Order: sequence, then C-alpha cells, then structure tokens
Amino acid sequence: MADRKLSIFVEEICRVEGHGNIVLNASNGKIEELWLEITESPRFFEAMMLGRRWDEATHISCRICGICSIAHTTTSVRAIEDAFGIEPSEQTLALRKIAYYGEMIQSHVLHFYYLAAPDFLGVPSVFPLVQSHPEEVKRALRLKRLGNDLCKAIVGRHIHPCAYLPKCMPKLPDPKALEDMHRRCVAAREDLAAAVDLFATVKLPDFQREGEALASWHPDEYGMYECQAIKSTQGDLTERRDYRQKIHEYVVPHSHAKHAETEQGAYMVGALARYRCNKEQLHPAALAVADRLQLDSYLFNPYAITLAQVVETVHSVEEAIRYLEWTLGRELEWEDWGVKPRAGRGVGVDEAPRGLLIHDYTFDDDGKLTAVNCIIPTNQNLNNIERDFHALVPQIIDRPDAEIQLLLEMLVRAYDPCISCATHLLRVEIKR
Amino acid sequence: MAKPTAAVFSFTGCEGCSLAILECEKELLDVVKLVDFVEWREAMSERTEAMIDLGFIDGAISTHHDEKKIRQVRERVRMLISIGACATNAGVNALKHRYGLREVKEIVYGEAGAEFDTISARPVHAVVPVEFEIPGCPIQGEEFLRIVLDIVQGKQPRLPNYPVCVECKRKENVCVFEKGMICMGPVARAGCGADCPSYGAWCEACRGFVDNPNDEAHEEVLTKYGVTSEELLQRYDIFCAYELEERKSRQQGQR
Ligand code: SF4
Ligand code: SF4
Ligand code: SF4
Repeated sequence: MADRKLSIFVEEICRVEGHGNIVLNASNGKIEELWLEITESPRFFEAMMLGRRWDEATHISCRICGICSIAHTTTSVRAIEDAFGIEPSEQTLALRKIAYYGEMIQSHVLHFYYLAAPDFLGVPSVFPLVQSHPEEVKRALRLKRLGNDLCKAIVGRHIHPCAYLPKCMPKLPDPKALEDMHRRCVAAREDLAAAVDLFATVKLPDFQREGEALASWHPDEYGMYECQAIKSTQGDLTERRDYRQKIHEYVVPHSHAKHAETEQGAYMVGALARYRCNKEQLHPAALAVADRLQLDSYLFNPYAITLAQVVETVHSVEEAIRYLEWTLGRELEWEDWGVKPRAGRGVGVDEAPRGLLIHDYTFDDDGKLTAVNCIIPTNQNLNNIERDFHALVPQIIDRPDAEIQLLLEMLVRAYDPCISCATHLLRVEIKR
Repeated sequence: MAKPTAAVFSFTGCEGCSLAILECEKELLDVVKLVDFVEWREAMSERTEAMIDLGFIDGAISTHHDEKKIRQVRERVRMLISIGACATNAGVNALKHRYGLREVKEIVYGEAGAEFDTISARPVHAVVPVEFEIPGCPIQGEEFLRIVLDIVQGKQPRLPNYPVCVECKRKENVCVFEKGMICMGPVARAGCGADCPSYGAWCEACRGFVDNPNDEAHEEVLTKYGVTSEELLQRYDIFCAYELEERKSRQQGQR
C-alpha cells in the first residue's frame, strides 16, 4: 500500500462517559502520531478538598464521577475510618456491600448493554434497540434498575448517595424493601442467563497484548469492596498504605500531566484485571459463565473486558444475595452515629467498576484535610490504552479507515473509561 | 404535532445528571415518548446538523473551551435547559475559587500544571441566556420528567420556593438535628422530597437555597435548635459556593 496517508481524528468518542479524542496520523504504513487525547476540563478535586472538614470530604469526592459514586464514597469513607481508627460493625459492612454490589451491577450493565452492545449488534446507540431488540432492552433496564434499587434501599440513591457515612448507617433499611430486593436478585438470575447467551455469540476482535494487571486482593473474598493489599499479575502484593511503592504517579513534562505506572510500565485495571488476579475467588456461578464465554482464552485481549464484566455481574448478584440473606436472617441493631475526628493519615483502597481506586487523606486535629491524593481507574488505564493502540494499529493499518476507526473506538469503549474520572489530565495540547 | 427533538451536552461535571436522564429507567422509554434524542454523546453515536428544540446542559463552564462550546450550542438549540447544580450554580466546581487558579493547578499538577486551561467556574446562565434551570446534584428523574412534560405541553414549569424542612415534616422524619447533625433543610430549596433526611442524613442544599433564605427559612426548626439562617448558609457551601460569592458581592454592592 504505497503512499497511503491515514489521518483519523475521532472527536469526542461516543458512548464513553467523559470527553476524549483519538488522534492517529500515519503515512505509508508508519505511525506518526497516535494517542488518546483527553479534553475533559480539569476539575482540581484534590485542591478543592484541602481545608475541608471530614464530613464534607466524601460528598465532595464522590462528585468526581456520577457513575461510580458509590465506589468513590466507599473508598473515601474507608480512608476516613482508617484515619480516625473506626471499625464499622459486621452489620454495617453487610449493608454497605449490598449497595456496593448494586453499583457494580448497574455500572457493568450500563456498559455492556447500553454502551458496548450496540457495537456488537451493529447499531449506533441503544435507542434503535428499543425497536429492534425490545426484549433485550427490557432485560437490560430490569437489571440496571435492580442495581440502582439495591443502592436506593440502603443508601438512598445511587448517584451520589446521601446516606453512606463513616462508622454506621444513619438509618436502618426497611426489612420489606430488603425482602423485595432479595426476591428480585433471585429473579435476576434468569435475565443474566439470557445476557450470557447473547454475549456468548459475540465475536471479539482478534488482538492480544500481554501486560501487567493490578487489582485489590483480600484473603477471604474476590477483591472488590474488601482490599487488604494490591495484587499484581507479576505475583507481588503491596500493602494498602504502601501503594506508592508499587504505583508511581509522575508528571510528564511534554504532556503536562500525571501518569501512573509500575516498574513494568503501563498496567491494566478493571474487570479483566480483577479476573486475571483473583478469578479463583469468584462465585462458582460466575466461574461457570467465564467458562461458557471462554474468558480464559482472552486474558490478554482488552476487548474481553466487556465479557469479564458479564462474569462479574453474575458474581455481584450472587454476593448481593448472600449479604441480603445475612441481613434478613437477623434483627438489625440500631447503632449510634457519632464520629470523633483525630489527626492522622488514612488510606482507602477498593475496586470501582472500572478498577483500582485509592483515596489517601491526611487530617489535622480538627478533622480538616491537609493532604489529599486520589488515584482513579481511568487515569491508570489511559497509559495502557495507548500501549494497546500502538500494538494494534500496525496489525490493522491496511484496513479501510472506517474499520480502523471503529476498532480503535471499540477498544477505548471496552476499557469503559469514565474520563470524567480522570482528575488528572492526560494530555492538553492538540498536536496537528 | 411532531415530537420535539432533544440533545444533551456535557460540560465540566461528573455527568451524573446526564446519567440521571439515561436512568429514568422504566421511564427512559417514557422520555423517548416525549422527545426524540438526536444527539447525546454519552449514549449514542448519532449527531445532527438541524436546529434542536430542547438542549439539556449538564456541567459548569470552567474553561475557555467550555465557553466557546456553550456559545456554539446556544446557536443550535431553541430552548436551553440547564440541569444539575454544576450547570445551574457552578456546583462543586466553584470550590476551587477558595484558592487562586494558579495555586489549584500547582496543588494538583505541580509546576507542569501552569499551562492548563481553567477559568473561574460559572453556571451556564452567566455565559448565555438559559430558558429554564433544573437544580440538584444530581437532578431528580421525576422532577426532570415533569418539567419536560410541562415544556412539551407549552406550560411554564415551576420549582418550589419553600424549604426542604416542609417536605421533611410532611414525611414525618425524625429531625437529624436530634442526632447531633447540622442540616441545611431550613434554608435549602425543596423539591427533592427531603431525600437526605429521609435516609437519616443531613441536607447540604444541593438544590440551592430558597429565594430569600432570611425571610423564607423554616423558623420553627431554626428556633428549636438554636441556629440562624446565616449560620446555616455558611455550614455546607459544597454546592452553593458560587451562589454565596454572588450574594456577598450583591450585599457589598448595596452597602
Ligand atoms: S450537578 Fe452533581 S450530579 Fe450533576 S453533573 Fe454536577 S456533580 Fe454531577
Ligand atoms: S432540619 Fe433537616 S432533618 Fe430537620 S426537619 Fe429540616 S430538613 Fe428535616
Ligand atoms: S435533602 Fe438537600 S442535599 Fe439532599 S437532595 Fe434534597 S436538597 Fe439535595
């Protein structure tokens, strides 16, 4: 293919939450420029939180992202508890986890049905599916609504929960609502089975790139809400509070922004990363689905993140059922709310739907923040997406422009980047 | 009559508000009955050249790029409707004003941040004319649907101008002041059904204040717990930093 000039500029990639552009310039089969450009406005959360009281910290930081605000809330609350030496009761943890898995369900379903499925079904958005695939759309709505309602039953709402506080629940949930949620979770197994059938027919683009993956790890359960250490596919574990020994955030002078990497370089976080790190701890029903979707043969194919999300949704529904049953099996006890701040540092780590999430807070004696650091899944993945781009483009460079563009867009969408999460920009200058 | 066309445009925010629309869940199908979405980057690949009837904006205006884009959007839509605290009130984004713009860039990005495009965060109405504003962080799906229905039927939508306490009392909630929490309910604009106190937590006035907090505050609650509306206005400025800045400059102007 002599003399072919290729220039792709996908402005504001669709069906990605947040604002990002793909830039690809190639000439005679040689890549000249290729990157994912983030045009999201910088929001300066870490600066906005300085000097704020502890009781404002969570409600500010969850506004980093509207889709994973329960994950941000969870991480933030755990950082506060870590700093103030608060150990929530088993009951509080069980209730929180119901909401937490609810968000995992809603976020994954939003992604694999609303944002990724249109690619696989060859339509530009979810709206035409209302006509062409009414059953699928109803199923998707039911599952997503289930996720939302799990959150609502426990913490009031799923976008920026109002009643998810350090120490304990400010109000106990209505047992009738819990029973209803249990019934609906059990019924959701059928909808999920149909989703699995749909995704079992999907043919993923053929692409592989080996690289490191990081995820939360806990000895007793698949690392999601719980995180004792950060696990790497390289085999090492890093204690929560020592995350800086593993993850290096640094400012790249020419791109004016913080990147994250380990000693190995770029790494992946998210559903596929968690699967690669901790799959033995998945619920058996989820493992069976992974088997059916042949996930093990796509461990290095980022397009399979969507399949890993289907697997994790099954896991999350089973976990929600488990904690609902625990809760329904006893009289819930009222706990007094009252948090005593103290000076010190606290680190919260857990898994947002899109991957590893870290909030690191330091408080003064009055419980006001003197230092804040947040490491967000999408920031960690951006680097990895660019590495994927560079591995993928040479393999597909002879294909028509439209196909290259679609494959690149689908790759970005597979990571499910919620670019509004990127509290640090990746790049600011548009190169021409 | 043909269904009005609609589009959603996002600026500086968490996109929780556009998600809240996508999430009217069962109602998503209902929204689709009311309007035809022709452009919405988070949800669809389609784009349009034609004039759009209803343009929903989420997010604040906080960069030069935002400013340019909102002016372009204004040209393309007949009615502009701001949704959520960020768009109606600058929302959490205005919290950065506490420090200088140069300083916030340095706090987060170090010296390399100096080149970033950031300006004071402003609500949409501070840059272009806006036909209606739907408050909240995030917006409430039901209120959104009701307002869109009013607009589609040519009625003037309204927002309540009484404090959250009124809705809270109606629900017979235990007042969270009893638990030692401080609640903005007496001065906050109702319409959310006192969402937060109903789940046992305090209100942070994510929908802004009633028009005249000093006159329209819930006196009974203020008296009972010995707080003043001015004290409350200062308690949680998470969503109202911009509104408070404006209030202050108005008061100074009057002097
Ligand atoms: S108002 Fe709140 S929910 Fe809406 S975009 Fe802004 S931060 Fe997100
Ligand atoms: S102060 Fe808050 S909790 Fe008390 S009545 Fe008013 S809204 Fe309800
Ligand atoms: S109770 Fe207050 S903070 Fe909560 S949703 Fe209503 S106005 Fe917003």
